[in-house]
Amino acid sequence: MREIHVSRISDTVERLCIEANYQLPEDVKYAIETCRACEDGQLARNVLDNIIENYGIACREDVPICQDTGMACVFLEIGQDVHLVGGDLSKAVDEGVRRGYTNGYLRKSVVADPVRRGNTGDNTPAMLYTEIVPGENVKITVGPKGFGSENMSAIRMFKPSAGLQGIKDFILETVEAAGPNPCPPIVVGVGIGGTFDKAALLAKKALMRPLDVRHPDPFYAELEQEMLEKINALGIGPQGFGGRTTAIGLNIETLPTHIAGMPCAINISCHVTRHMTEVL
Amino acid sequence: MEKHITLPLTQEIAQTLHAGDTVYLTGVIYTSRDAGHKRMCESLAKNEPLPFDPTDATIYYVGPTPAKPGQVIGSAGPTTSGRMDAYAPTLMAAGARGMIGKGSRLPRVVDAMKEHCAVYFGAIGGAGALLAKCIKSAELIAYEDLGAEALRRLYVEDMPVIVIIDCQGNDLYKSGRAEYLTRKQST
Repeated sequence: MREIHVSRISDTVERLCIEANYQLPEDVKYAIETCRACEDGQLARNVLDNIIENYGIACREDVPICQDTGMACVFLEIGQDVHLVGGDLSKAVDEGVRRGYTNGYLRKSVVADPVRRGNTGDNTPAMLYTEIVPGENVKITVGPKGFGSENMSAIRMFKPSAGLQGIKDFILETVEAAGPNPCPPIVVGVGIGGTFDKAALLAKKALMRPLDVRHPDPFYAELEQEMLEKINALGIGPQGFGGRTTAIGLNIETLPTHIAGMPCAINISCHVTRHMTEVL
Repeated sequence: MEKHITLPLTQEIAQTLHAGDTVYLTGVIYTSRDAGHKRMCESLAKNEPLPFDPTDATIYYVGPTPAKPGQVIGSAGPTTSGRMDAYAPTLMAAGARGMIGKGSRLPRVVDAMKEHCAVYFGAIGGAGALLAKCIKSAELIAYEDLGAEALRRLYVEDMPVIVIIDCQGNDLYKSGRAEYLTRKQST
């Protein structure tokens, strides 16, 4: 049994909140730059050039890439041989978020009540997901999630008879309906299977996976490629001004499901798809 | 086409702008988003004055990050404009002529734009660090309790925006996409 003090969780979450908001992951940058090389329209190219210049400035000057520094989605994979000591784990995560968003000059975008609103003033609470895994490490991933794109996400409970075609149509329909709103070029996270709630979580997790890593099952790996091409044939383009680059990546995550169903969730993210991981 | 214009956005200037134009704005603009728009419309409903003179004003839909020491403002890119659709026609009726944001607008907003000769500009969503460079001063003028959503007066220099919808109702989101698809088909 390995002991880890929860203050280390707070410290790490604080740092990851800041770094994730200042530094775009390499895989996302690579995808944007590759798409820039394939774009032929002047306006589309200008937009991508500005996007590239923007994340360069953010990284060099230690400022947020985007003003929507998001809700702090925190994923903890906790080894079953770890004993967390020194306090309440969720409070420790929130403490990390509070310090990260304050000390990193990040925007406080969380309201205390969904209907009555009222800013909490420190971007807490985190959206916390914990998973118990084998081993004696704690893997912490922070993915700040902006809501311009979150608002364009969708979930549908398909009949199994809808089949693969139903899912393909749903993905294109959702991207089409999102249009220019989620700041294209976008990243599309797709969760298929599980239950209603698990499908949505899979879609969120799909956004945390590097864009150059394909689904381990060749059937879904090909589907990822096919759907990315179909989305990029829609012509929405960077910022919706027309062009090839509507999406820079599409990741699918899957789970077994019930004989009666085929849940499918689509979580849309913008070109500022942020995630930063550290293992304790 | 590239154009440099000095604000306020008069009707004469607005009429020269066309969907697809790249425009560099210099002058005063005001920041407001969801909660600020709600309050401004509540004030107008009660015949109370707005915190700024809306005549020919341009409103930037933005909630910036806090300024670091030495900065004028934090990252300051546009937010999704559609959430302001419920309020935009009321503000145009009060005199506001320019809107800066990103994303689609409802037909009733476009109708109000045609009626009041208003222009909807797009700034690049997600380019908040870059856009902050054009903001030379920022002053909080109202609704301080709203934090990032408070109303600020900004002075911008050569702020790059693109005309998405002009005062004739032409829409770059439709024309830009159609143009790309036509070009792709012909190659």
